Amino acid sequence: MAHVTTLSEAVRELVHDGDVVALEGFTHLIPHAAGHELIRQGRRDLTLVRMTPDVVYDQLIGMGCARKLVFSWGGNPGVGSLRRFRDAVENGWPAPLELEEHSHAGMAAAYAAGASNLPFGVLRGYDGTDLAARTRVAAIECPFTGERLAAVPALRPDVGVVHAQRADRKGNVQLWGILGVQREVVLASRRSLVTVEEVVDELEPVPGAAVIPGWAVTAVAEAPRGAHPSYAHGYYDRDNAFYAEWDAIASDRDRFAAWMEANVLAVAR
Amino acid sequence: MSRGASSHVRGPAPDTARAAAFTRDEAMAVAAARRLANGSVVFVGIGLPSTACNLARATHAPDCVLVYESGTIGAKPTRLPLSIGDGELAETADAVVSVPEIFAYWLQGGRIDVGFLGAAQIDRFGNLNSTVIGDYEHPKVRLPGAGGAPEIARHCREILVVIRHSPRAFVERLDFRSSSGERVAAVITDLGVLEPDPATRELVLTELQPGVEAGAVVEATGWPLRVAPDVAECEPPGDAELAALRALEEAR
Repeated sequence: MAHVTTLSEAVRELVHDGDVVALEGFTHLIPHAAGHELIRQGRRDLTLVRMTPDVVYDQLIGMGCARKLVFSWGGNPGVGSLRRFRDAVENGWPAPLELEEHSHAGMAAAYAAGASNLPFGVLRGYDGTDLAARTRVAAIECPFTGERLAAVPALRPDVGVVHAQRADRKGNVQLWGILGVQREVVLASRRSLVTVEEVVDELEPVPGAAVIPGWAVTAVAEAPRGAHPSYAHGYYDRDNAFYAEWDAIASDRDRFAAWMEANVLAVAR
Repeated sequence: MSRGASSHVRGPAPDTARAAAFTRDEAMAVAAARRLANGSVVFVGIGLPSTACNLARATHAPDCVLVYESGTIGAKPTRLPLSIGDGELAETADAVVSVPEIFAYWLQGGRIDVGFLGAAQIDRFGNLNSTVIGDYEHPKVRLPGAGGAPEIARHCREILVVIRHSPRAFVERLDFRSSSGERVAAVITDLGVLEPDPATRELVLTELQPGVEAGAVVEATGWPLRVAPDVAECEPPGDAELAALRALEEAR
């Protein structure tokens, strides 16, 4: 049964230096507040996993929390580059960043395999690209037809972190709108943390919503506006203006450091 | 001068009145939108592809089904989304499915007619690079990466590429191959349209944007670009197309 706790307690308990940590949310429900707590608690040597590393991973990488990144698309959607990610890869600042790079379909299959307790995911993909030579993917033969397929190793993070709209006091989690890989990463991970907009007495049904039972989640923490500048469907919209502003903030190392100091490190949750 | 298969073919003389009426980017968006048949199911990338697809839906192809990799199927946004997962896509969609489902059941399942891709580099066979400029281990520019492109390029029935024309983008040799050009049906640029030779799959210049000369396209291409003997000028963007495009951009 998930225990409902504070964000700082949950991060202290669940995430350790050197862990493989996946913060997921496909544009929607990105756990920014949890990422900021990881930064405040000074986690180091993390292997960060995420299909679409965007602003929150730019922040984690720029603050020196990451040793390695497993990903499929690292950009600021609709805006351009991730400046801190690029600085790490191109210049090794603040530290070199090891990359394991996949396609979206490959990452999605790897999470589904992890959630299914399988050693690998299988797909038709990666062929005709240079990715295959640069990542962990292998060709396998279908035992029934002989077709050659791509196998990707299952993703089994130490900790999966997602944001959702709400949870009840037993830790049952309810989310709706774009679902991304939220369920898969919770079920694929050894430990899981779900931050929510609010903890309520009873979960009212919402059309199209998914529920992750509390007994499949390790910890739930309330974090109102915890996805911002991403969004929580039904609570607040995506802050597209902030994503555009981030480009200028992150373009300069000093400006980035000052922004993080004022908006993350100096903020107590 | 007659039009022949040479790099020295002259296109139509620039029409200044027409050239002033729309930008090259607008001509590119309109030419890309026109490629979509009404009713087709389209896997939409963000940026130029999303602009073109939404323009198609606002003009000649109201029944186009827009599928975004965020899992929104049949999205009908009234303004151009900044990201592939803006809330309006989910609110207006016929169905919202998970990311593993969109890639496995819908894309790999063979249910998508057209994939729309952009890239930083393209080669003469329509292979695309969106990963790195320079060496992979020590890149000059680290780009976002392949994202959905490898499997979009492999599983959609045909691929349309939208990309601005320049020697930096149209290269003899890709720095990295993020996706295969095997299914590329057309490359729509701000200068013209390239289509693969059915026998060799090499891209050939088949259409010119209004007021652009073939020589200018050849010059903006990093390999010796072949020009079709019957290279034609694209119909200039119509008033209704431009009005729809500008309305989408303004509502962004």
